[in-house]
Amino acid sequence: MEKREEEEKKINPIMPDNNRWTTIISAKQKAIRLNLKEIYRYKDLILLLTRRDIVAMYKQTILGPVWFVLQPLLTTITFTLIFGKIAKLSTDNTPPILFYLSGVIVWNYFSETLIKTSNTFIANANLFGKVYFPRLVVPLSISLSNLLTFFVQFVFFLIIYLYYAYRGNVSPGYYIIYIPVLLIIMSALGLGMGVIISALTTKYRDMRFLITFGVQLFMFLSPVVYPLSSMNQQAQKLMLLNPMAPVLEFFKCAFLQTPAPPLYSLVYSLFFSILTLLSGIIIFNKVEKNFMDTV
Amino acid sequence: MHVIEVENISKLYKLGQVGTGSLSHDINRWWHKIRGKEDPYLKIGQVNKRDDNTMASDYVWALKDINFSVKEGEVLGIIGRNGAGKSTLLKLLSKITAPTTGEIRIKGRVGALLEVGTGFHPELTGRENIFLNGSILGMTKSEIKSKFDEIVDFAGVAKYVDTPVKRYSSGMIVRLGFAVAAHLEPEILIVDEVLAVGDADFQEKCINKMNSVSKQGRTVLFVSHNMTSVMQLCSRGILLENGLLTYQNDIRSVIDTYLKKNTFGAESSFDLAAFNSRTGSGRIKFTKLEIFNQHKPDKNFLIGDDMILHLTLESKYEIPGVAIAIQLYDRNEQILSNIENIDSDFIIPPFYGTKTFEISFKNLNFYPNTYKFGFWAGTPDGSETYDYIKFCADFNILSGSARVKRNLRPEKGIVYITPSWKQIN
Repeated sequence: MEKREEEEKKINPIMPDNNRWTTIISAKQKAIRLNLKEIYRYKDLILLLTRRDIVAMYKQTILGPVWFVLQPLLTTITFTLIFGKIAKLSTDNTPPILFYLSGVIVWNYFSETLIKTSNTFIANANLFGKVYFPRLVVPLSISLSNLLTFFVQFVFFLIIYLYYAYRGNVSPGYYIIYIPVLLIIMSALGLGMGVIISALTTKYRDMRFLITFGVQLFMFLSPVVYPLSSMNQQAQKLMLLNPMAPVLEFFKCAFLQTPAPPLYSLVYSLFFSILTLLSGIIIFNKVEKNFMDTV
Repeated sequence: MHVIEVENISKLYKLGQVGTGSLSHDINRWWHKIRGKEDPYLKIGQVNKRDDNTMASDYVWALKDINFSVKEGEVLGIIGRNGAGKSTLLKLLSKITAPTTGEIRIKGRVGALLEVGTGFHPELTGRENIFLNGSILGMTKSEIKSKFDEIVDFAGVAKYVDTPVKRYSSGMIVRLGFAVAAHLEPEILIVDEVLAVGDADFQEKCINKMNSVSKQGRTVLFVSHNMTSVMQLCSRGILLENGLLTYQNDIRSVIDTYLKKNTFGAESSFDLAAFNSRTGSGRIKFTKLEIFNQHKPDKNFLIGDDMILHLTLESKYEIPGVAIAIQLYDRNEQILSNIENIDSDFIIPPFYGTKTFEISFKNLNFYPNTYKFGFWAGTPDGSETYDYIKFCADFNILSGSARVKRNLRPEKGIVYITPSWKQIN
């Protein structure tokens, strides 16, 4: 208890023994509220929720954690058969397995984060109605547990990659140093768009149906199952407006040495995603105060 | 020193289906806002009178202009009928939803207990759930770690701490949930009556724990329908009626005011059909109750008198099996007895139309006081409730019976028993 009080004093110097209020709940609210300090105080909860998501996901399944890699592997095999063998789409002269697998794991992370976080308020209405904590904790933990899944799948990708590299089919390019930036973009974009949609679903439930369809459509508008280079110049420019396109392209470029899109598209994508995340947090924090009345 | 100040708090709710018309209302609101005008829907909201079906507006004030403050170390009881706005007030205080107008100022950490075991995940073990639940309630990991053994002890689940919670009995889950919450140590504790679930043992544990919390000088806000436990715990009270704060004072006079407002006139006949807060499917409805003393309409009795009830029910449907229960409550609305027709070997034949039953109580032996009735009708196996009304009628036992040789004080007991005595040595 004392430790906690000390901790609180550090973060929040206003203690009850001074003549000031620790909490003011008011009908008027600030237009812009990021609330990051309070979220930091709940960091333990973020980690525990992340753990819960991971642990509970595969409890009582026979294969357990194997599903983490089996899922993208099965999708990759399907893509290889349908888009590679039947539709004969180009893979930029790279091994199809690696081409599709890299697209699948990056896209999976983004779409899973987006879909799951967009359901935050509805899925947790019961919990949110009984106890207060910064609601942003939930989407943050979702994106964190998805990031963990991504890392497992990424390691799996590297294992297959090393096999191909050993046989001399592929070699990494220097774009590999951009990987952290790509991670930031896809996390910020998935989380940002997810929380914006979750804020809208509290009132307009229609968004829920739109989202599953929308994400699927969005995948075919992104270079997941085909390379950017398979399109003409005009279409490529248009496609790079999609902030996920540079992420997918640079990821493949780093490992498979496919032609790199212009660097400005990555800068644009970075700004776009961070802007989305910030406005998402602001909208989310605005809704969290009153969502219980509408959900 | 005040630790909570509530100033002009109101909360507006929209009635009916959420979502219908909300887009157009939102646009209208936004249009008023950018022109610097007041929200047009705030004006048309009206006081929350649930019994009045003639409400014109879609918007209702669940709470309107609430003002009160709480001193450090005070235990405040919040009293009111269902729908008076008690839960809304707690939700505002615990930041679950924001007020429509006004401001609440709080000093210190607030712990709100509106439910036990919030956020338990069935697949996780007891240990994992203690950490998860604790951190949801606002504890840090190190805080939980230091109290972990105490929590497990209090809940009495030491053997099962590494078993998934889905294998727990429901009693164990409730105990574990309360154990975690009880070890939260906020400066201000807000407790809803949901804590009153569980068996008598558990309830006593809850009350004891809260007593000790208030003895440590912490501030407690407590909502309950149970006047006995409110009286036990609280020092001061506020009374809410239809979203308005109508009275605040020391707890005894607040409870008295509340109970006085909920007593009935001198009439010995009750129009149950007009009673509003009822539950059940409505296939049968209680419509009327008449109380007789010595075959005269009267609801005042002396100890030793016989009471006769004429209870009328009505149904538009043919109902094969019906069970009727009469619930007897004391003045504080604590249940005393649940009396079913089957207890007296009386079987109700297939029911249709309007039927009146006569129920005779011989030799009343209750202490002088006011007692209340509740009526329940449903299937004999209890699986369906047709109609259920609580606290819908009352009767009085007056002092002055020739059988009683001394002065019986109402607070000294409920059942007046006269066994035979003799000296044997």
